[in-house]
Amino acid sequence: MTPPAYEHWLDDPRNVRKLWRGFLVILALTVIAGFFVDLHPHFQIESWFGFNAAYGFITCLLMIVGAKALGVLLKRPDSFYAEDGRDD
Amino acid sequence: MTEATVLHPALIMIVGALLLPLLRGAARNGAVLLIPGAALVALWLLPEGRLWQVTWLDYQLAPLAVDKLSRLFATIFLVMSIAGGLFALRQESRLEIPAAFLYAGSAIGVALAGDLITVFVFWEFMAVGSTLVLWSAGTPGAWAASRRYVMVHLAGGVILFAGVTGHLLGTGDATFTRMQPDSFAHWLILIGFLINAGAPPLSAWLPDAYPEASWSGTVFLSAFTTKTAVYVLLRGFPGTEILIWVGIFMIFYGIVYALLENDMRRILAYSIVNQVGFMVTGIGIGTEMAINGAAAHAFAHIIYKALLLMSAGAVLAATGRRKCSELGGLFHSMPLTTICGTIGALAISSFPLTSGFVSKSMVTQAAADGHLQAVWLFLAAASAGVFLHAGIKFPWFVFFQKDSGLRPADPPASMRWAMIFFAFLCIALGIWPEPLYALLPYPVDYAPYTAAHVITQLQLLLFSGLAFFVMLDYLKRTPTITLDTDWTWRVAGPTIARVAGNFWLGLRDGVGRSLASQGAALEAAVVRSRQPGGLMQRSWQTGWMALGVLVMLLGYLGFYYLG
Repeated sequence: MTPPAYEHWLDDPRNVRKLWRGFLVILALTVIAGFFVDLHPHFQIESWFGFNAAYGFITCLLMIVGAKALGVLLKRPDSFYAEDGRDD
Repeated sequence: MTEATVLHPALIMIVGALLLPLLRGAARNGAVLLIPGAALVALWLLPEGRLWQVTWLDYQLAPLAVDKLSRLFATIFLVMSIAGGLFALRQESRLEIPAAFLYAGSAIGVALAGDLITVFVFWEFMAVGSTLVLWSAGTPGAWAASRRYVMVHLAGGVILFAGVTGHLLGTGDATFTRMQPDSFAHWLILIGFLINAGAPPLSAWLPDAYPEASWSGTVFLSAFTTKTAVYVLLRGFPGTEILIWVGIFMIFYGIVYALLENDMRRILAYSIVNQVGFMVTGIGIGTEMAINGAAAHAFAHIIYKALLLMSAGAVLAATGRRKCSELGGLFHSMPLTTICGTIGALAISSFPLTSGFVSKSMVTQAAADGHLQAVWLFLAAASAGVFLHAGIKFPWFVFFQKDSGLRPADPPASMRWAMIFFAFLCIALGIWPEPLYALLPYPVDYAPYTAAHVITQLQLLLFSGLAFFVMLDYLKRTPTITLDTDWTWRVAGPTIARVAGNFWLGLRDGVGRSLASQGAALEAAVVRSRQPGGLMQRSWQTGWMALGVLVMLLGYLGFYYLG
């Protein structure tokens, strides 16, 4: 059976899965590297194992949740200002 | 005045801008590249020092003063003018490039000004040039946005001028040196500077106006106004602690609004505020490391932000679409634009081997060196957030994500080469930062490429990337905008004015009606008294006249004794 033709190799879901696996391996490697390299912590909190990884992940979740919460209050249809001639 | 100091780089740009509309065809295209090129050569032939000195009223002005900081900013403004001019060569509007050169020349004029009066004059020219760039887009949206834009900047100019006047009265010295926010005048100057930096509460002028310019106009707009503000803050208010918190507010404001935004160029506009926030924080920290970091970051930022907006401009020019919800899958047919946009996105995220990595980390390092743990934690979270809102979000929704079915080709050669030039600079500065470090105001004692720094930065960024894809469902674009402070002058202000106007008209009518009868009686009395034979018109007897004169003389006598 010949694989279905894709316009671009990135359109093939199998390649996307490979990219995902590669990404997860690299994620793991950056954390594992913490065992072998002195990361020169500037502050006490930074010397926790995998601090930067966890901090990056958690703060990003918080920022997304925070933005969504603000969006509930402040989001409007993008025709909101249309009356002043900026309907694009 | 030696030969080298006869030519002022800002005046080369401004005179060039005025001559450009006279040229046509190849001569015009050549001039677009040669004018900033010539200004760049002129800049680097200048020695350091206060080169032009003029006495005006009682003040010593220095319209041309050069030191390392001013040369750094003038250099990047000119490099930006060359690349922006190249990118905009095929722009149909004949106004845009001359307007952009007037704008760039004025920004260079601020950078090379040794006194506050020259700063103010070029500051106002900058507002004019940037408004003209907006106008040249020629759309109703751009026209409406330009009116709001120019109002904010003229207000900022008035505040700055009031501050400069107060400073001159207080000190008698016009020299532009370091100030402290210790007087009302200095606060006004600081506020005037911060308005142009995109600081709260007026920050909405930036994401409101910039995305309305043409596909090439936004590239110019992104570079000059905010970075000139960074320059004057670096020179005028280094180490002013409040700037740390203003900067951190700007950083997170930019991230949150960019996360909610759907318009690709408005995402990038919010991320300008975010990036300038890093610089403002660095200025607030104020150590040599922080000042170097803020200056280096401004330099790197102009390049990668222009590159990002060039790739967005190429998409806009090719598709006519600007909303993420209508884009996607463009990597199929625009590979070069995708690669260049992604390089810009990696640079803004401070990925190792890009320019952002070697510049922004100096600000973070300065916070760590100063034991400012809270500031450092905010900056680290912000670095992750930059990757989230600009580093992945922009390329993902524009070039990848779902396939929109659009298959536009990569842009014409002039635009391609401008993008390649800046993509090259993003990586070259990341691999080989020494030339940039040599331009910084203080000697650089900083090695960006340590194993620890590379690994911690990769952890931070890659896990924020993981967060993006984990949360992708929550980040799906919707055809919405998010209300910003411009709501106050686009909706609240006009509404209050309308309501107050109606109230006033109603009040006037009501009062008029209720007083109508008294008014009519009064009017009739006045008319009666002025008719022939009325009180004011009748002829008086001589005896009454004599009595009147007598009473007046008695009154005079009485007052004379009292006095």
